[in-house]
Amino acid sequence: MSRIQEAFQGKKAFIPFITCGDPDLETTEQLVYAMEKEGAAVIELGIPFSDPTAEGPVIQAANLRALGGGVTTDKVFETVEKIRKNSRIPLVFMTYANVVFSYGTERFVKRMKETGMDGLILPDVPFEEKEEFDSVCREYGIELISLIAPTSHERIRMIAEKASGFVYCVSSLGVTGTRSEITTDIGEMVRLVKEAKDIPCAVGFGISTPEQAAEMCRQADGVIVGSAIVKLCGAHGRDCVPYVAEYVRSMAEAAQSV
Amino acid sequence: MKKGRYGIHGGQYIPETLMNAVNELEEAYNYYKNDEQFNEELTRLLNEYAGRPSRLYYAERMSEDLGGAKIYLKREDLNHTGAHKINNVLGQVLLAKKMGKARVIAETGAGQHGVATATAAALMGMECEVFMGEEDTKRQALNVYRMRLLGAQVHAVTTGTATLKDAVSETMREWTRRIEDTHYVLGSCMGPHPFPEIVRDFQAVISKEIKEQLMEKEGKLPDAVLACVGGGSNAIGAFYHFIEDESVRLIGCEAAGRGVNTAETAATIATGKLGIFHGMKSYFCQDEFGQIAPVYSISAGLDYPGIGPEHAALYDRGRAEYVAVTDDEAVDAFEYLARTEGIIPAIESAHAVAYARKLAPQMAKDQIVVINISGRGDKDCAAIARYRGEDIYE
Repeated sequence: MSRIQEAFQGKKAFIPFITCGDPDLETTEQLVYAMEKEGAAVIELGIPFSDPTAEGPVIQAANLRALGGGVTTDKVFETVEKIRKNSRIPLVFMTYANVVFSYGTERFVKRMKETGMDGLILPDVPFEEKEEFDSVCREYGIELISLIAPTSHERIRMIAEKASGFVYCVSSLGVTGTRSEITTDIGEMVRLVKEAKDIPCAVGFGISTPEQAAEMCRQADGVIVGSAIVKLCGAHGRDCVPYVAEYVRSMAEAAQSV
Repeated sequence: MKKGRYGIHGGQYIPETLMNAVNELEEAYNYYKNDEQFNEELTRLLNEYAGRPSRLYYAERMSEDLGGAKIYLKREDLNHTGAHKINNVLGQVLLAKKMGKARVIAETGAGQHGVATATAAALMGMECEVFMGEEDTKRQALNVYRMRLLGAQVHAVTTGTATLKDAVSETMREWTRRIEDTHYVLGSCMGPHPFPEIVRDFQAVISKEIKEQLMEKEGKLPDAVLACVGGGSNAIGAFYHFIEDESVRLIGCEAAGRGVNTAETAATIATGKLGIFHGMKSYFCQDEFGQIAPVYSISAGLDYPGIGPEHAALYDRGRAEYVAVTDDEAVDAFEYLARTEGIIPAIESAHAVAYARKLAPQMAKDQIVVINISGRGDKDCAAIARYRGEDIYE
């Protein structure tokens, strides 16, 4: 069993997302330690991209702040190397196809393996295009995470059968960002996934409150939260660590209360 | 070969949320493109409403002045709404209507595609929202007003560089928000499959007409066809029916902005490298870590960091050539065509005119160059006046 799948054993998983280098990479490193300590099961590290088409305004702004501060793919890898001296928490990159492709897909994935990354999420790579990346990921033992959306319907089986790590269930239409209400039938999405493959399902997009986290964890194996955390990073800059820590504690507790 | 590929280019690099929508579109398009009634309706719209076929005009004074090849101008500027964009839009909005969609959304750079989409939406009774970079809403204020006049809602996009690429990103985001009743009328031969194919097919009427018209006037094929290239829709339309005719040089004219050796350029073939963005694999202006470059051109319509996948493939196999034309050269050509032929071209199209001024004198008098005048230049007059130091505003 992979380190990612172990994170789902015996408890619901809280999966926070941060954008690497927002506000700087030293803070990113400290955020990882704090979030691990407060109960995160897996951490998603966003490698900033100039034109993140799946993101709402909060994460778009974080991407631009990070790039404005001079973050590059190489510097993100160096930060992961530092983190790995102190932490074994499963780490998953979330970035866009061009960041990986332009680095050289094999060079990128090899570097992931060397630095101790566990998984990769590419929101602009659907099932039809995944083999180009997944063939390399399999070679290096990196798990390429598949996404399913409220519009996936009959595609869910096909996607789930070839999924690895966990399945990222997109809760709502649209881009990332907090929502007051989630109307998709998550339970049904999860059921269709599990019918095809016994694999953990984590729900993301739009979740920000402990109540939502608990509600989603009643129907799935975990929750992913990005914009609500990135908002704290944006508001508090280099002083964000204690604020994020407190928030992660409340969300992880809520997730695990189920 | 995989679906929607042009050599190594193309594909469908989009969020899962949109996959069923593009699959549904592909299925509908494959049905309707062979549907007699659909094609009759579209032809009637193109002819009766948009004013097709557009003229192929022999530019005698320009030919004489340059002293080389005979120059013909394909007058897409004479179409209703003033550009080639209407060809694609009438096709896509009619298709959307057949698919039962009630709402269309579109990106726009110079505003021509937005105006065309707003026009077709008004004509066919559909709701329309257009996304336009804030920078471009200033450069093309008149087109913003035209879209509103036609009943469309215009959203100024403030993210990123606030130009065409950001308008495309924002329209894609909007599509993921609301898919069920909405069709995304993509304006160029780019994006995920099946858009590059759909847009190319609807624009291919340009080369089909050029071929027929020139055969009638000269009894032969042209020696070169020139068109400006941003995403590349007017160029692919002007090239398409000549691709198999190897004797015809196909020349795409990119926007070099302040020069291909400066950072202020939008010449993708000259300065870009292979990448994945906006749903497709193709060439993009980007840095060493794959961050998309903030491109620049005086022409809002060519101010895009990528190029359609079919152009990328035509370039790879050496079938089409791509040259870079600077702002200065394009502005000179804008004024030149106005004074020589009494035709004010769009600043986008002026890039092709500029290259023709270099090419034609090197060719023999019995050779023929066709320039696709993709749009008219009324929208650019204030901006060009300002470029020349005259302080006029619309």
